[in-house]
Amino acid sequence: MTETQLKAKNSITLKGSAELVMEYLNYGINSILFQRGVYPPETFKSVENFGLSIFVSTDEKIISFVETVLSQMKDWLLEEKVQKISMVITNITTKEALERWDFNVKYEAGSAGNTSDLQELKDTKVPKNGKTNGAPKSGNKELKVIQNEIRDVLRQICSTVSFLPLLDCLCAFDIHIYTSKDCEVPDQWNETAPCIIANSQELQLRTFSTSLHHMSTVVSYKAE
Amino acid sequence: MAGYSFMNDLSNVVRMDEPITRGPMPRWQKKCMDSSSASVNMSLNASRNKMNASLNVSSGQSKTPSKGGSSRSKTPSRTPSKTPTKSPRSNPSSKSPTPGKSGGDRFIPNRSATDFDLGSFKLKQRPSGEGGSPTQAEKERVMSENLHGRDINNQRILSYQNKAPLPPEGYQNHLKAVYTQSKTPASVKGSTRYIPQAPDRILDAPEICDDYYLNLIDWGHNNILAVALGTSVYLWNAATGNIDQLLELESNDYVSSLSWIQAGEGEHLAVGTSLGTIQLWDTQAMKRERIMTGHGGRVGSLSWNSYILSSGSRTGQIIHSDVRMREHNVLTLSGHTQEVCGLKWSPDGRYLASGGNDNLLNIWPLDPGTMHTRAQPLHSLSAHQAAVKAVAWCPWQPHVLASGGGTADRCIRFWNCNTGTLLNTVDTKSQVCAILWSAHYKELISGHGYANNQLIIWKYPSMAKVTELTGHSSRVLHMAMSPDGTTVISAGADETLRLWKCFAVDPAKKKSAKEVKAEPSLLKTRIR
Repeated sequence: MTETQLKAKNSITLKGSAELVMEYLNYGINSILFQRGVYPPETFKSVENFGLSIFVSTDEKIISFVETVLSQMKDWLLEEKVQKISMVITNITTKEALERWDFNVKYEAGSAGNTSDLQELKDTKVPKNGKTNGAPKSGNKELKVIQNEIRDVLRQICSTVSFLPLLDCLCAFDIHIYTSKDCEVPDQWNETAPCIIANSQELQLRTFSTSLHHMSTVVSYKAE
Repeated sequence: MAGYSFMNDLSNVVRMDEPITRGPMPRWQKKCMDSSSASVNMSLNASRNKMNASLNVSSGQSKTPSKGGSSRSKTPSRTPSKTPTKSPRSNPSSKSPTPGKSGGDRFIPNRSATDFDLGSFKLKQRPSGEGGSPTQAEKERVMSENLHGRDINNQRILSYQNKAPLPPEGYQNHLKAVYTQSKTPASVKGSTRYIPQAPDRILDAPEICDDYYLNLIDWGHNNILAVALGTSVYLWNAATGNIDQLLELESNDYVSSLSWIQAGEGEHLAVGTSLGTIQLWDTQAMKRERIMTGHGGRVGSLSWNSYILSSGSRTGQIIHSDVRMREHNVLTLSGHTQEVCGLKWSPDGRYLASGGNDNLLNIWPLDPGTMHTRAQPLHSLSAHQAAVKAVAWCPWQPHVLASGGGTADRCIRFWNCNTGTLLNTVDTKSQVCAILWSAHYKELISGHGYANNQLIIWKYPSMAKVTELTGHSSRVLHMAMSPDGTTVISAGADETLRLWKCFAVDPAKKKSAKEVKAEPSLLKTRIR
């Protein structure tokens, strides 16, 4: 009993990892919307998480948009189909892309020793119809450590205000998900062109890893 | 429409293996129709078929996402892909000799047979990825990798079609205030007292570090201002105007913080350095008393509580040092994960406030029976969105703390440290580098950075703006107050120190204040 509890404490499942990534993206995107002044500050409220107070939008439409996109993203993440999530901020009138936040995803093996026997067990039960369907991958990184890493990245996102150029126009944002070719396009989703910022400058922020997903965050902005 | 028909024509013409229908056939061609053209077409046909086959193979393989697979698929296409690019060029050359042989003695260009549109298109046309040479394809792949971060042929970019709502019409980015030179919109409340708008004096401070995270000036109770300029510490006697150099460090080191000991404890100055040591100097004898080690990074903040010197470093650690003891390290606090840049003991010594680059403001309670704090913070306040450097305790309400955040935050927040509640927040529209409370008025002064580099005097608790003092041409880094509480000195990144007589006391009020002060001391002597 105690052994299993200990194990449970120090392990993170694939689903949990995807959830953490989703949580990070949700707070990250909201934080960007607030810090970059895309929407009026009075439509945001402060929420405590990861030992930080993060501003999240209170606009129902924004909430549902972000939630729909991210929950779809999570499903793909579980199938290892997501390569990159990018948030694009564009000028509404000229449709020019001004800023792009790339959240790159890398898949990591997790704790191989621990999972191998589990994997075998599952593999015998479940017919092999996909890479990820049968194998409950899990990592062994402590949640606290992961959350601290996420907190550091979120903090960096806040501090980018000090060097990013002012978005001096009405701006819209969109979320593009870069998936592998074999990904099915669900209803109400569409393929779009990649967004490229002319004459851009890039900055790599801190990275974090859940031991299953490695996320690196890069912001590209228009150099003036 | 025209373009479409042109493309249609073009596709007809480009298909070489079909009979040419456009324009009258040149004479020479009619003549040698049955001999040469058949062979040319046949060879072309064969090469096309080959190419198609290779194309199918490569596209089938490119579906596998692995890089090795896609690069392997390029090799088979190498040989056949060369043939189609060559063949149109070799076509006329193989044909042109024929009229020379069979035609007359003159070359007569036939304009109706020459398709200029096609010619120019062929000249300008860039070979497409598959049709082009392998180097061209490779170039395109590298280009797309550089532009998109990876080969976009192997991925899809998907987006949800019900987009997020647009911001309201006419909304202006509130961050504009951070970047503009215009005055902040808050109302300036008229004050009855006169505040000079120009600095009383300007001193030069060459080579002062333009670093937000350091604390480089302190005005002691002996009316001596200590200023750190690069590797040296200078003492400016405010009463006489004398300047002495106290110390100079090695060239690979620099002074990162300064703090005078509290009143009545002597004339000691603590100096934190970039190498992580703390030096203790006796400024009367101009002699160094001891060097204390223990920090793994530069010491950016110092604060005294009687004989305890608390120091915060770049590693995020705060060390309480008992300066009387050989083993000076009493307790190490690890409540911050990044550089500690604001550190202040409350005037009654009950709390220590520390602000860090991790956007945290920690309140540490005094450990009863000692002069240092407990190992765990009483409150860990995370409301600031940027590094917290400016921390100042209210002189008349010892549990009230004012804290200011950096560029991403721009707010001054007031805290009740007994309960840990946020009392008030003011958005200053600019980085808050320093805060001081007035000893004589219910006011406080804050120093700011971009865009106006001003000092703002606020009424407390209404937080109405009393006035703004401008003059620094670069951000205000540090502030200190004279021991009599009338003058504020501000150190700017423009390498100047400016003295502002902004809290001058009304002579009528001063008198009464002195009388009040005199009485308890009389009482004291009587009791004794």
